[in-house]
Amino acid sequence: MSRMPSDRSLPRRRLLQGAAALGGLAAPMLNTVTSFAQGGAFDWKRFKGQQVEVLMETGPRAELMKKYKNEFKDLTGIELGIEVIPEQQARQKVAIELNSGKPSFDLFNFAFHVQKRQFEKGGWLLDITSWLKDPQMMPAEYELDDVSKLGMSFATTSDGKVNALPILCDYFIVYYNKELLAKKNVAVPKTLDELMTAAAAINDPAAGISGFVGRGVRNANVVLWTQLLSGWGQETIKGTKLITDTPDAIASGEYYKKLLGSYGPQGIAGFNWNEAQGLFMQGKAAFWIDATGFAAPVEDKTKSRVAGKVGYALPPAGPKGHGSVTFGTGMSIPKAAKSKEAAYLTMLWMTGPKMAGRMIQVGGGIPFRTRPLKDPAVLSGLTIPREWAECAAGCAPISMSGLPVIVPVTEFRDVIGTALTNMLVGGDPATELKRATAEFQPVIDKSEQT
Amino acid sequence: MAGADVAISTAGAQAARERRLRPYLLFIWPALIVCSAVIIFPWLFTVWMSLHDFHIGSPMTFIGLENYKQLAGNRRFLESIGHTFYFTVLSVALPMVLGTLAALVFHKKFRGRGFYRTLFIMPMMATPVAVSLIWTMMFHPQLGVLNYLLSLVGLPPSQWVYAPGTVIPSLALVEVWLWTPFCMIIVLGGLASLPSEPYEAALIDGANQWQMFWNITFPLVAPFLVVALIIRTIDALKAFETIWVICNGGPGTSSETLNVYLYNQAFAYNQVGTASAVVVVFFAIIVALSLVLLWARQKAAWN
Repeated sequence: MSRMPSDRSLPRRRLLQGAAALGGLAAPMLNTVTSFAQGGAFDWKRFKGQQVEVLMETGPRAELMKKYKNEFKDLTGIELGIEVIPEQQARQKVAIELNSGKPSFDLFNFAFHVQKRQFEKGGWLLDITSWLKDPQMMPAEYELDDVSKLGMSFATTSDGKVNALPILCDYFIVYYNKELLAKKNVAVPKTLDELMTAAAAINDPAAGISGFVGRGVRNANVVLWTQLLSGWGQETIKGTKLITDTPDAIASGEYYKKLLGSYGPQGIAGFNWNEAQGLFMQGKAAFWIDATGFAAPVEDKTKSRVAGKVGYALPPAGPKGHGSVTFGTGMSIPKAAKSKEAAYLTMLWMTGPKMAGRMIQVGGGIPFRTRPLKDPAVLSGLTIPREWAECAAGCAPISMSGLPVIVPVTEFRDVIGTALTNMLVGGDPATELKRATAEFQPVIDKSEQT
Repeated sequence: MAGADVAISTAGAQAARERRLRPYLLFIWPALIVCSAVIIFPWLFTVWMSLHDFHIGSPMTFIGLENYKQLAGNRRFLESIGHTFYFTVLSVALPMVLGTLAALVFHKKFRGRGFYRTLFIMPMMATPVAVSLIWTMMFHPQLGVLNYLLSLVGLPPSQWVYAPGTVIPSLALVEVWLWTPFCMIIVLGGLASLPSEPYEAALIDGANQWQMFWNITFPLVAPFLVVALIIRTIDALKAFETIWVICNGGPGTSSETLNVYLYNQAFAYNQVGTASAVVVVFFAIIVALSLVLLWARQKAAWN
C-alpha cells in the first residue's frame, strides 16, 4: 500500500533501473520481472500471439471473463484459456501445483483471507511492483489510484512488495425483508441492540417466520461472528496472539448465541449461507447478515419470493465499534508461469475498471474501486436495486478484515467455528471460546515458527 | 543306486521345467512394476510421510512417531473413530436387513415383479453426489419435504442433519436408500441358486414357512449375506461423498468420520504428515475388520 502509482517520480527511477538492467547490473535488484522501460508508451498488443492459461473459481466473475474473452483477444492478440473449477477444488489445486513448481496456469484468482499468507510464505507469487510503476506496463486507463487502500494492502506483502491485484471484495451487510418489518412496524436497526429487539419482535416460530437467519455451521459461521465481534471494536488476533477469549469476544459470542439460538430457525447450527439464503428467499426470515454477493439471487424473480421487497442496510453498530467485515479476492501470477507478461496484461484487463463495472451490473461483486460504483453509466445498467450499490459504497469506510492473515486459516475457522456451533446446541460461550483459543494458539505458534 | 537315479532324474526334470518356465517369468514384470508403482510405492511413501512433520509450503522434518502420539491424544480424531463405527454399523445393518426382506419379496412370483424390481434398484444407479444434494434439500428443517411429510401424519418436525443428535442416523438414512438395492441383488442371486429338494423334504415333514426360512433359507443364503456384509462394510467405512456434500462432517464435528477428518487434515489444513498417519491407522482398522469378516465368511461357507 505504501507505493501508490500516482507518485510521478517513480517511473523515472524505474527507467534508470531498466537501463541499468540492460547492462546486467541491476538484475538482482529487479528480481524476476523484466523491465520494459526503454521508451515508448503502453501497448496492449505488445505480447500478441501468446497464450495465457487462467484458473478461476466458479462464479459470476468467471462467467463474465469467459463471455468477454474474445473482446480481450481483439484488444491484445492474446489467446485466453480459462479453466473454471469450484472454489474448494481450486484452492487445493493451486496450492499443490504452486508447491510442485510447475503450475499448469499462468494466472489464477484466489481469496486473500484464505491463501495469501500461505503463498507468500512459499514465495510462489511473481513480484509485480516494478511493472505497476512502469508506464509501459501500466496504462492510465487502469486507474490504479482508484484501487482502495484495503485492496492494495491485501495485495502487498509485509515487506512492501505487490504480488497480486485485487479484483473484488465482499462486504458484510444486512438483508432485510421489507414486508415483514412493515407488518410489525419495526424500523431498520442501526445498533446490535436494536437488531436483537427487532428480531425478537418479528420472530414467530408458529407461523414459520424467523427473526434472524445466518451462518451457524462450523467454519462458515466464523465470519458472521467476526462481523458481530467488530461491534465490540475487536478482531480475532493481535500479532500472533489469539484474542478470541477476551471479555469482549465472549460478550459477542453470547450475542451470537442469543440472536441465532433464540430468533433463528430450528437447525440453524447446520446452516451455511445456502440454507440461510433459501429461507430468506422464501420470505421466512426477517434479517439476514451475509456478504454483498447474494443480491443477484435474492433479486431474481424466477427464484426468489422476496425479489423487489428486500432492503439493504449497513451492519448495525455494536457497543464499542462499527465495522463491516470484508473479504477480498485477487489475481496473481505464479513465479514459475510460462507467459508472465501476457498473464500480467490479462490480469490488468480482468481487474480493470471496465470489467469491474460489468461485474457490479450483474451483481457479481463489488470491486476494490470507488469510481465504478458512482459511474452513472454503470448504475443505469444495474440489474439489481441501486440501494444495494449505495449500501456497498457505505461499507467501504467502515470495512475491516474479517479473518486473521495466517497460514492455517481454514483450521482456525474449523476450531473457532466448532465452538460457535456448540454454543448453538447448548454450549457456554465462555467455556467454548476459551477451549477453542487454547486449542488453536499452538497451531499459530507453530505455523509462524516454520 | 536305482533310488539315486530316480532322484537325479527328478531333479533333472525339475531343472528342465524351471528352464522352460524362465522366459515366462518375464511376463510377471509388467504386473509387478504396475503394482509397485500404484500400490506398494504409494503405501511406503505414505508411511514415510507419516513419520515427518510435513506441511505444504514448509520444509519436511523427520519426527519419528510424533504424529501418532499426537493422534492418540487428539479428541477430534478419537471422536471421528467413534463416528465412523456408529455410521458404519447403521449403514451396514439397515440395508442388509431391508435388502434381505426385499429379496424375499422379489423372489416370489407376482404380477409386475420385473417392473417393481427395476424401480427398486434405481437408487443404486444414481450418482452419490447428486443424490446427496437432493437429500440436503429434503433435510432442510423449514423448506424440506421430509418435515412436511412428518407434519402430514401429525409428527413433530426433526432437525435431521442440522442437529448433532440426529445427524448420523439421518446420513445413514441416505446410505440405506442408496445401498439397500445392492444388498437385495446379492441376496436375490443367492436365493435363485438354492436347491429345491430341501424345501420339498421339509414340506413332506410338515415344516411351516418360518421353520423353512430359519432352518433352510437362512443357512443356505448365509454365504451370500456375508459377501454383502463384507462389501457393504468396506463401502460404509469409505463413505465420504454423502457426508461431505450433505453436512461437511457437521454440525460442529458431530458427523466427522475418519475419512472426513483425514480429508480436512490433508487438503484443508495441508498437514500432510498428520493426514498420512491417519491413513495408516485407518488402514490398520480396515485390515483388522476385513480379517474378522473373512473369518466369518469361512464359517458361513457351505460344507
